[in-house]
Amino acid sequence: MNGVPMAAYLLLGLVLFTIGVVGVVIRRSPIVIFMCIELMLNAVNLTTLAFARYLPQFVAGRERGHTAVAGEMIVIFIMAVAAAEVAVGLGIIMAIFRLRDSTDIDQMNVLRG
Amino acid sequence: MGWIHDVLAAKGVFAALIRAVLWAVPILLLLIPAIWFERRLLAWMQDRRGPNRVGPFGLLQPIADITKLLFKEEVIPDGVDRFTYVLAPVLALMPPIILGAGIPFGAYGVYKLLTPVSDLSVGVLYVLGISSIGVYGLVLAGYSGNNKYSLMGGLRASAQLISYELAMGMSLACIVLATGSLNFTSIVRSQEQPLWGISSLSWLQNWNVFTPFGFLAAIVFVVCMFAETNRPPFDLPEAENELIAGYHTEYSSAKFVSFLMGEYFAMLVYGTVFATVFLGGYNLLPFNWDTVEAHVPALGGLCHFMAWISNNLAPLWLIGKVAATLFAYIWVRATLPRLRYDQLMNLGWRTLLPLAVADLVLVAIWVLAVSTYGAGWGMVIAVVLMLVGLVVYVNIVSVGRRKSDPLASRSVTMVSIAPERVVIPEPAEVQPSGAG
Amino acid sequence: MVAILSVLSALGVVFFKNAVRSALSLVATFALLSVLYLTLDAQLLAWTQLVVYAGAIMVLFLFVIMVLNLSKQPALIERRDPKLMLATLLGFGFAGIIGVQVVTPLLPPSEIVKDPVLAPNGFGQPQAIGMALFTDYGYPFEAISVLLLVGIVGSILLAKRRLR
Repeated sequence: MNGVPMAAYLLLGLVLFTIGVVGVVIRRSPIVIFMCIELMLNAVNLTTLAFARYLPQFVAGRERGHTAVAGEMIVIFIMAVAAAEVAVGLGIIMAIFRLRDSTDIDQMNVLRG
Repeated sequence: MGWIHDVLAAKGVFAALIRAVLWAVPILLLLIPAIWFERRLLAWMQDRRGPNRVGPFGLLQPIADITKLLFKEEVIPDGVDRFTYVLAPVLALMPPIILGAGIPFGAYGVYKLLTPVSDLSVGVLYVLGISSIGVYGLVLAGYSGNNKYSLMGGLRASAQLISYELAMGMSLACIVLATGSLNFTSIVRSQEQPLWGISSLSWLQNWNVFTPFGFLAAIVFVVCMFAETNRPPFDLPEAENELIAGYHTEYSSAKFVSFLMGEYFAMLVYGTVFATVFLGGYNLLPFNWDTVEAHVPALGGLCHFMAWISNNLAPLWLIGKVAATLFAYIWVRATLPRLRYDQLMNLGWRTLLPLAVADLVLVAIWVLAVSTYGAGWGMVIAVVLMLVGLVVYVNIVSVGRRKSDPLASRSVTMVSIAPERVVIPEPAEVQPSGAG
Repeated sequence: MVAILSVLSALGVVFFKNAVRSALSLVATFALLSVLYLTLDAQLLAWTQLVVYAGAIMVLFLFVIMVLNLSKQPALIERRDPKLMLATLLGFGFAGIIGVQVVTPLLPPSEIVKDPVLAPNGFGQPQAIGMALFTDYGYPFEAISVLLLVGIVGSILLAKRRLR
């Protein structure tokens, strides 16, 4: 978009990240906490992508393309990691739920099943 | 600055609106013949007459049906989650309509406004993304109904759609790898190239179903297409003899209609995607008419005529191919019984997904071979590899399966398979009694 | 506009009491974020975002939420605590500090404000990303594939435990 300063994207990323952090702190349900973690990852994605879009203009020559693509690579890898994390994490939540019939995070203070 | 800026530009908004309307209205209109087609064809296959009273050949029956459903009393049951209850039909209806926005309707010169509605450079990803939104309609409908049966339907829908979307994505990835583009326009254009990339076959078009790997991918895609649209034999989320009506049990009137319409739109649009990706898009027949004319000059007039109608009536041929897919949908519905849940999961994860991945490897080898040895030998290598793979599969994998206990091959157990062994009590020994 | 909506829906994630609703508003956030990616000219990533997050991850979340709800547990109902309000305020205060420190230098007088009229060549296009992914970023790519494999194996193991 013409005229949108990069700071706007960064600010949005910051706000989303903070909401995610706050959510992790104040919510009890592990599923919601998990979702907040996803939110934080996405905020980081947005920030990275904003950098990838705006910064290459200050880089000269052949390095310019590399700078842009680096940001997108980071986003792709974060997405892949998030996917793997969700698969395992939800599996763990399901297992815990099956074990103790509760999903209150405050009660999950035992490492041994 | 990319397509979105063009669309949002002050001058472009009007054109964009026209494009959107030009895409949405035909889809909406096609709904009526589609429903009629299904009912009549199904009736014919089952040796019935089907609807034949309303209008000529019963053509107006769908209109009458929909009107009736719309004017029914709308019942919102107590205890539903109001917000999601209202949201779900919207989510079931919208994605299928916008799904096909990247699909070209004709050669660019003739149908400028419609080829395509928006020329996404990542059209295939767009289709996958939007179709994944479509899951929410079913899942939320199942959740919001506050009803065990609809919840079961929603759960089944989410599991089924996620599973089959993977295989569908892989089968599309095969074509993307073979074409080298995610853009539907260039996928169609690559299918107008000479068959198998061999220049002496240049009178035939390279439709993806005619290539060995494309054929395999097409099979996977068709099965996934049936599963994604919840059509029989994959209609487990709404299996009426198990779940009443599945996820839309609690819906009535207009909201129910929107689920119904969403299903038909999805059928139509997936059919369009299938026709575009595998069946050569808007081309009438797999011939390059100008090359045919060069080979057989006697047929020049015919070739001119065919080239002209193939070019200028392009949307009709696309719709014709969609109708053919629709026929396949109905044929399958009339033929196959519904799958069991474990069969569904096994088919998705243990048959289709490995098949699609193997196909992807095959395509990769083909691409490599073509760039190394040229088109002809590349195709030979691909076919040989495919046959080898088939032999290996038949001789090793399926033999291994057959030896084992057929019941042991089930991985997902929803209900216990064998009924509890009924212990028939031995006839009680006759107690000797004094009376005799 | 999109930003405001996405902040609102992100707030919804945290403050809806019903887990399904917060999952839904997270889906909305992801969709809005993918719109933002489009405005950043990253088409491929925008649609990938939709496929991966909205299509796969969130459906999994919904699936789990629905499965857990099946057993009619009050498991997902939250208790409220005045301490939590403090935590919220602290969190946003922290964000404010970061905002002042990091974002303010980038506000209008700065050079970076200007939107580059031309995106770098091939930015956000599948070709550029694909080339980079399989050449310069080959090792991270392989590492990610191993990670995904481990994830698959791990989740299957967790699921299998039920059968024993």
